[in-house]
Order: sequence, then structure tokens, then C-alpha cells
Amino acid sequence: MSSTLLISILSMAVLYAVSVLYGAVGEIFAEKAGVMNLGLEGIMLMGAVSGYLVAVNQKNLGLAMLTVVLVGAVLGLIFAFLTITLQADQTVAGMAMLTFSTGMSGFIGKSVSGVNANLAFEAISIPGLCRIPILGPVLFQQNILVYLMYFIIPLSVFYINHTRPGMILRALGENPAALDSAGYNVFALRYAYVVFGSVMTAVGGAFVSLAYTNFWSDGMTSGKGWIAFALVVFSSWNPLTAVFGGLLFGAISAIGVDIQTLFPAIPSQIFATLPYIATIIALVFTTGNFRNRRSAAPAALTIPYDREKR
Amino acid sequence: MGELILEMKNITKTFGSVIANQDVCLKVYAKEIHALLGENGAGKSTLMNVLTGIYRPDSGQIFCHGKEVSVNSPKDAVDLGIGMVHQHFRLIPTLTVAENISLYTEKKGFLLNPAKMQKRIAECSRSFNLEVDPAAVVWQLSVGEQQRVEIVKLLYHGAEILILDEPSAVLTPQEAQDMFNVLRKMADSGKAVIVISHKMNEVLNNADRITVLKDGRMEDTMVRKDATLDRLTRAVVGKQDYKEHFRTQKNISPDVVFSMEHVCAKNDRNLDELKDISFDIRRGEIFGIAGVAGNGQRELSEVIAGLRPVTSGKIMADGADLTCASARERREKGIALIPEDRLETGLVPDLNFSENIILTRYSSSRYSRKGFLRFDRMRRDAEDYTKEYEIRHGGFDLPVGLMSGGNQQKLLLAREVSGNPKLIVAAYPVRGLDIGAADMIRQILLQQSEKGTSVLFISEELDEIFHMCDRIGVLCDGELMGIRNTSETDVFEIGQMMAGERKNSEKEASSYA
Repeated sequence: MSSTLLISILSMAVLYAVSVLYGAVGEIFAEKAGVMNLGLEGIMLMGAVSGYLVAVNQKNLGLAMLTVVLVGAVLGLIFAFLTITLQADQTVAGMAMLTFSTGMSGFIGKSVSGVNANLAFEAISIPGLCRIPILGPVLFQQNILVYLMYFIIPLSVFYINHTRPGMILRALGENPAALDSAGYNVFALRYAYVVFGSVMTAVGGAFVSLAYTNFWSDGMTSGKGWIAFALVVFSSWNPLTAVFGGLLFGAISAIGVDIQTLFPAIPSQIFATLPYIATIIALVFTTGNFRNRRSAAPAALTIPYDREKR
Repeated sequence: MGELILEMKNITKTFGSVIANQDVCLKVYAKEIHALLGENGAGKSTLMNVLTGIYRPDSGQIFCHGKEVSVNSPKDAVDLGIGMVHQHFRLIPTLTVAENISLYTEKKGFLLNPAKMQKRIAECSRSFNLEVDPAAVVWQLSVGEQQRVEIVKLLYHGAEILILDEPSAVLTPQEAQDMFNVLRKMADSGKAVIVISHKMNEVLNNADRITVLKDGRMEDTMVRKDATLDRLTRAVVGKQDYKEHFRTQKNISPDVVFSMEHVCAKNDRNLDELKDISFDIRRGEIFGIAGVAGNGQRELSEVIAGLRPVTSGKIMADGADLTCASARERREKGIALIPEDRLETGLVPDLNFSENIILTRYSSSRYSRKGFLRFDRMRRDAEDYTKEYEIRHGGFDLPVGLMSGGNQQKLLLAREVSGNPKLIVAAYPVRGLDIGAADMIRQILLQQSEKGTSVLFISEELDEIFHMCDRIGVLCDGELMGIRNTSETDVFEIGQMMAGERKNSEKEASSYA
């Protein structure tokens, strides 16, 4: 394999990984707090379309990202209100979120479907570091949202494991009643993490429309939200493991694209299914009874907290 | 005995028309273990919930160190140095011991320093002579160790008055003894310890002073040297004489319908629960099981119904060996079950009236034909039951979870009785029901026994057992303390057996005479 091909596959893998990692890391925080959001795909689409709309109309990436963050926060608040205040079933509320945001994104995105924004997060080379053979171009000739992820991962691992709020977060998804009796506001904390998770997911969607593929069309995240969701389980709720999962899926997907040219006889759809097949296999092995689940899933995940029901 | 730390004066607390506490007075001194003794529903937990700020009393005063205080929230209680260990621990299983304690007691500092945190907590636990490993993850600890973590948590937070709600209920006897040793050390170091309990022996062996609650009132209070099993029994079960018998017509024949021989079984925690249980029941007899709840009653009814395997022993019904038979085979042999948790094991709350009726025989030709349910017959039987047992409900198509407890129980009983069983196992059949429904349930069981059906009647209400049963067996700690003919015993003797006194007197009634 030539080194240009290798670099192309690896940098594609990094881009792909980052596109799912925003949603995955956000969802890790929400699930650690005890709330599962199945609507990631829909929120990503809403993030993608709102960012792209502002980019086309205002020609301002900063304004676009601000809009994306706001849209994510509003969607997160709606989901939090349903699942935390009204104590709705999280699976059903997640499905409602998914269908609502998917449909909504297609509706509000009609005017920019297929329109070229002529504006995107361009790759920025980091002087010096980008000269490292192979790794340089793969890791340090990327756009700013990729570099941001380089900070988000270690920060979130540190936050969860080494800070007091992180310790409270770990307790939140395990035994909210214990936290309540120790004087913490379970409801406010859960709201905060659900909104954070939703904002991250929306940013992940904007990454797809403004940094990864640079266009908008209906349903264009094509299942990345689901892969982000699968990544949470795959990683055992650990952002660092999620990185490796994201890179693995990314590499499989990139190889699929490149390998098509080598085997023109095989229909391209076969290769396009590779990341999804990998997702299914990974989920079977990580969620089945293959290891001690106790260490992984938060015990109170999907269970609404109800003070009266102690 | 140290200084008077806490005094509760004339506490009254009502819930609607139910009086949970009436004019209860309680004095707690430093350096003592004070036991709060009484049956379930006697008002012990209500009193402690008043003290910890969960309930507000209707009237009464609380004094702490001689000063009147108002406890309006759990936080007020914590600030006064009152800490409670609940039956269900308030611990995060995936965090370490140190993290759990820190979560509860230290709210400041952004960064965690596990080494320092563990050192502080180790020092604290050592100063109280309480061994806990601060680095251990909580779910790996035994229940006894977790309880100790809860105690350290309260002490670290500065609690002076420790309240423990039925602390031995979840422990093995060995763990329970360790726990009382720990509590003794706490008391010696100047704390006051309040233990809620319904076990008389435990209280006699471990408490310095004992206060007995009955029906929401303070029945008796005494120091240990004045306490005897007799005095406690009289205070706990009351002084009434329950000789009056509801049984007017009996139809008891000498042939044995059901028997257990040396049956042993384990509980959900895989500990030995039932130990060498042997008894037999005659046709048409009502055999009572008396005892404080949680002494093996649940396991006994499950073993008979085939929901729990035996580890040794033999179960016979009508001459056939049912030891290894499935629940369905036992039903076909005529064993019916009214479980203590009617909405979990007995009925499916989300299914409707007719569907619940056929749960135990949906596949019989009466209700199904070629794999399809016969809704007309289900409906007709539902209507018959409704009339015969005066069941009130909002419609046959509504989930039974919406019915009142009394009507649910009537439906359950109607279903179990309609299969013409030979033995009905009734575990706490009137628990939580209003007087009218409770009477009706008892009447149905009495009628069944007059028709020749045998009944195993499990209850913790002694008056009810004396009214209903022909013979009484007493369960304590999973063992049968003895069996008596109702006509030859009294509530006092049964009470002593419930407290764990084995009575192998000449009065032993191994079978109905």
C-alpha cells in the first residue's frame, strides 16, 4: 500500500471518528447521569441543517456554530423536560425526538438542499507537527473542530474520574436516591447533563455538514447518530475507549471507499455496509453476556427519579 | 447511663383518620443502646421519621440537650447530629467507600485526591474502632460491611444520635452479632444509639433500655435488668384474651391431605432459610402459621407452591410425592396459592379482569379451543365471580391494577377457589385490606374449610390466627418452634414461641386430635 493511500485512509478515519465522537461523548455524559437519548441521529440532523442554513445565509461560521449550540440546547431541554420532569419512558421519548427532529430538519432545510455554501471549516496545518511522517498529515492537517476534540477527550476523562462534579456524575446514574438524601439536586444535575449531551450531538451534526461532507441533503448524517449511540455501549461509557471505537469504524468505512476502486466487480453498496456490520458485531460482543456488565452500564440508566418512590 | 441527649414529648402523628403515633414520649441518653420494639405497624418507623424530619408531627415537642428544637427537614436532623441508617442503604455501589463517604459529607474542592480522602476516612474509622477499607468498591462488600460504611458515614458527619431501622433484618446471625458489637463501641464512646426492632431476643440481649410501642402508643419502657421475655411479650402482643373462635362448623376428617417432612430451603441470598420443617394438614383443617414476618413465611409458601426448590426433605400431597413437581403439576394436584404480594405473584396488574381469571388455566379446554381463547366463557365466568364474591370494579376490560386492594384480593381468591383446590396456601390474605373486605376474605376461607378444603393460613396477627385456625405452628428464624391445638394454648405461649422459645412440652400437637 502506498503511503498516500494509507494517509488518505487514516485521515478519513479521523474525520469519521470525530463526526461520531461529539455525539458519543455527549451521550456518555447523559447516560452517566441516568438518561438515555435514542434521538441522537435526529439531533445531529438538526445541528447539521441549522449550521448549514446560517452558513449559507449569513456567511459566518461563528454565528453558525452559535446557532447549532442553541438548537442543541433547546432540543436537550425538551428531552429533559419529557424524561426528567414528566418521567416519560426514555425509549419512547427518544423515538419521538428522533422522528420529530429528522422530519423537522428536512422541512427547514428545503431551501438549502443541494445549495453550495462556499463556506466550511478548512483544514489548518499545525506548523512543525504536520511534518511528522504519516501521523503529521493524518492528525495535524485537520480542521478546528477536530483539534477541539483532541482537548475534549482528555478533559472529559479527567472530569469524570478526577473531579468532585465527576464523582457526583458517576453517582447520579447509579443511585440518585442516595445523592438526593445527601442534599444534591438530582433533577437539576440531570437536566444539565442531558442538555450538554444534546449540544455536543448537535455540534457533531454541524461537523458533518460544515467540515466533513460540506453540503446539506435530507437525512445526510446517514446513521452516524446511531453509530455514536452504539459507540457509548461499545466503549463501556469511557470516552477514551470511544476514541478507539470511532477510529475503528472510521477506518473500516474509509477502507470501504478505497477498496471499491480495487474491486470494481463487487457492488459498492457491499462496502458501504461495512461500518454498520461492524457496529452490529461490536454491539453483540459488548452488550451480550460476555463480560461483567456491572462495571459498565449505570444502574439507574433509563429509570426516572421519583422522590416519592424511595 | 450518660446525660439525657434527646427527649420526645407527647408526639402525635396522624395520616387522615389513621393514628400512627399518639402521645408518644421517648427519652434517649448518651452511652446507651435504646431499642424501639413493636410489631409491624406499631408506629416505630413513624416516630423515627418524625425525629429525622421526614414527617412533621401534629403535636408534641422534641428537645435536644435540653433545648426545644424543630426538625422540619432531613437537613435539620443532620445539623442536630441525628443520623439514620435506612434498611435500604444509601450507597453508590460503583464508588469506593471513601468516595461514598466524601459524597455525603464533603461538598467542597473541585479536584479529587483519593489518597488524602482515604487517609482521612481511615483515620476517622480507626478513631471509632470501626474497620472499613476506604479503597474498597462498595458492591464488592458484604451487606454487613456496607452497613458499617453507612455508620462510618454518619459518624464522619458528626452524628451523635444514630438510628438504625431493623438493622439485623438483612444480616446473617454472625453479622448481626458483629453489628451489635460495633453499636456497643459507639455507645461506649458517648453516642446514643436507637435500634428499631421487632425481635424480642435481639433486644433483650443487646439493648440497655427498651421502649415498646403498640398501636401507636407507648406501651411500656424499661431498663434491661427489669426486662423479661414475659414482660416484653405482654407489651408487644397486648393483654387481650383471644379465646373467641370464629369456627362454628368444622368438617375435619382424619386423612392427611398435605405433609412436609424435614424440609430445608434457601432464601434469595442463598442462605439457609427454612430448617427442618415438618408438619401435616388434615382434610378440612385450617392450619395457622404464626410468627413475625420475615422468619421464613415467604419461603415456606413458595416451597409449597413449587416456586422455590427444597434443598432436602419431602413434600407430599394426597399420597403423591410432590418434592420435585413443577408449579403447574402442584396446581393440578389441587394446591392453590394466595401469595403475600398479590400484585406481583398473584395477579398481573396491567391485564384485565377476565384475563386474570384464566392466568392459572388458560390452556384448559374451558377457556381455549385450538389455540384460541374463548372470550364468551371468560366473560361469563367473570360475571359469575363478580356476583358471587361481590367484587366491585369499573369494567371487565380495565386493568385490575386500578381496582382497590380488597377487590383485587377477592378476584384472586375467587380464581384460586374456583379450581376446587384441596389445599389453599393463604399468605397474609387480609394484609392492607379494610375491615369489610378482610371479613369477606376470612368468610370465604372458612366456607371452603367447611366444604372440606384444607387451608394453610399464614399471618402475623395473633387474634386472627386464634379466631381462624384449628392448629397453630410457630415459625421463628426459619424453624418451627412447635405446634399447638388452638384450644389448648393461649396468645402468651404463642408469643413466647414467636420470640424463639422452643416448647417441646406434653402439649405438643403433632396432629389434630
